[in-house]
Amino acid sequence: MTKADAVTTTGSRATRILAALAALGVVWLVLLGLVFSPADQTQGELVRLMYVHVPSAWLAYLSFSLTAVGSAFVLWKKSQWWDLVAASAAEIGVLFCGLALLTGMIWGRPTWGTYWEWGDARLVSTLVLFLVFVGYLAIRRIPADPTVRANRSAIVALIGVVNIPLVHFSVKWWRTLHQEATVLSTDFDPKLDDLMLFTLFFSVVVFTLVFAWLLVHRFRIAWLEDQVDMHSLGIALDERRREAELVGGGS
Amino acid sequence: MSNWGYIVLGWSATGAVLTAYAMRLMARGRALSRQVPEGKRRWMQ
Repeated sequence: MTKADAVTTTGSRATRILAALAALGVVWLVLLGLVFSPADQTQGELVRLMYVHVPSAWLAYLSFSLTAVGSAFVLWKKSQWWDLVAASAAEIGVLFCGLALLTGMIWGRPTWGTYWEWGDARLVSTLVLFLVFVGYLAIRRIPADPTVRANRSAIVALIGVVNIPLVHFSVKWWRTLHQEATVLSTDFDPKLDDLMLFTLFFSVVVFTLVFAWLLVHRFRIAWLEDQVDMHSLGIALDERRREAELVGGGS
Repeated sequence: MSNWGYIVLGWSATGAVLTAYAMRLMARGRALSRQVPEGKRRWMQ
């Protein structure tokens, strides 16, 4: 990479190390998830979908929780930095929540005989969570003063995050097609083969590395967008001042 | 579709979505970086 290239990306030494670790992790995850880990006694080979579905759902929880933490700091400290973190995490959360829904539907078809079941509490509550944060992103696109936009979206995030425990415990509180939590159950005694359990934890670690890489880049983009806006605003104000001086000088 | 068809579909959809999003971020970052004055590119050394 030339020096000119080096100053025109959102990458840095840290993100390149993160990308290398994530790429290495993805290679091992494909081998573990699709080749080495055994088939399940009841699910058969389909259990391999767990290694993309569960980490996607976990990252959606993590992203939206981070959005909520950022939003609380926005309202409490009036922090622009936390507003950018919250917005960046929300976008990535929508991506992972969408993936959790998609892979869940793909898994549901051969397991339950249907892609979607409107009567299922887990499916519908996850869809509501997804739509609330799509709404959060839509609200951020409404033209407004940055402070108003930050406060408005922070309130939506804090309301939306209440959905997470609802989604997680929906399989316990209501009768659903969806199975109960495999690992984060109340007795913390996962009924999984050791290699399957290791592969599941490994998939969560790899997805979290990917999440971290995406978050850093998305945050830097949000920060750059603010810089470009401020730079453009500065140029526009300078032009106005010059026009005013010309008009004032001529009268 | 066979069970392996659903597995491949799930894994490849996940990979494709994440790769497409990562590439979009890289392209957007590159485009924005050029618009920001040099002194403000604080992490891009």
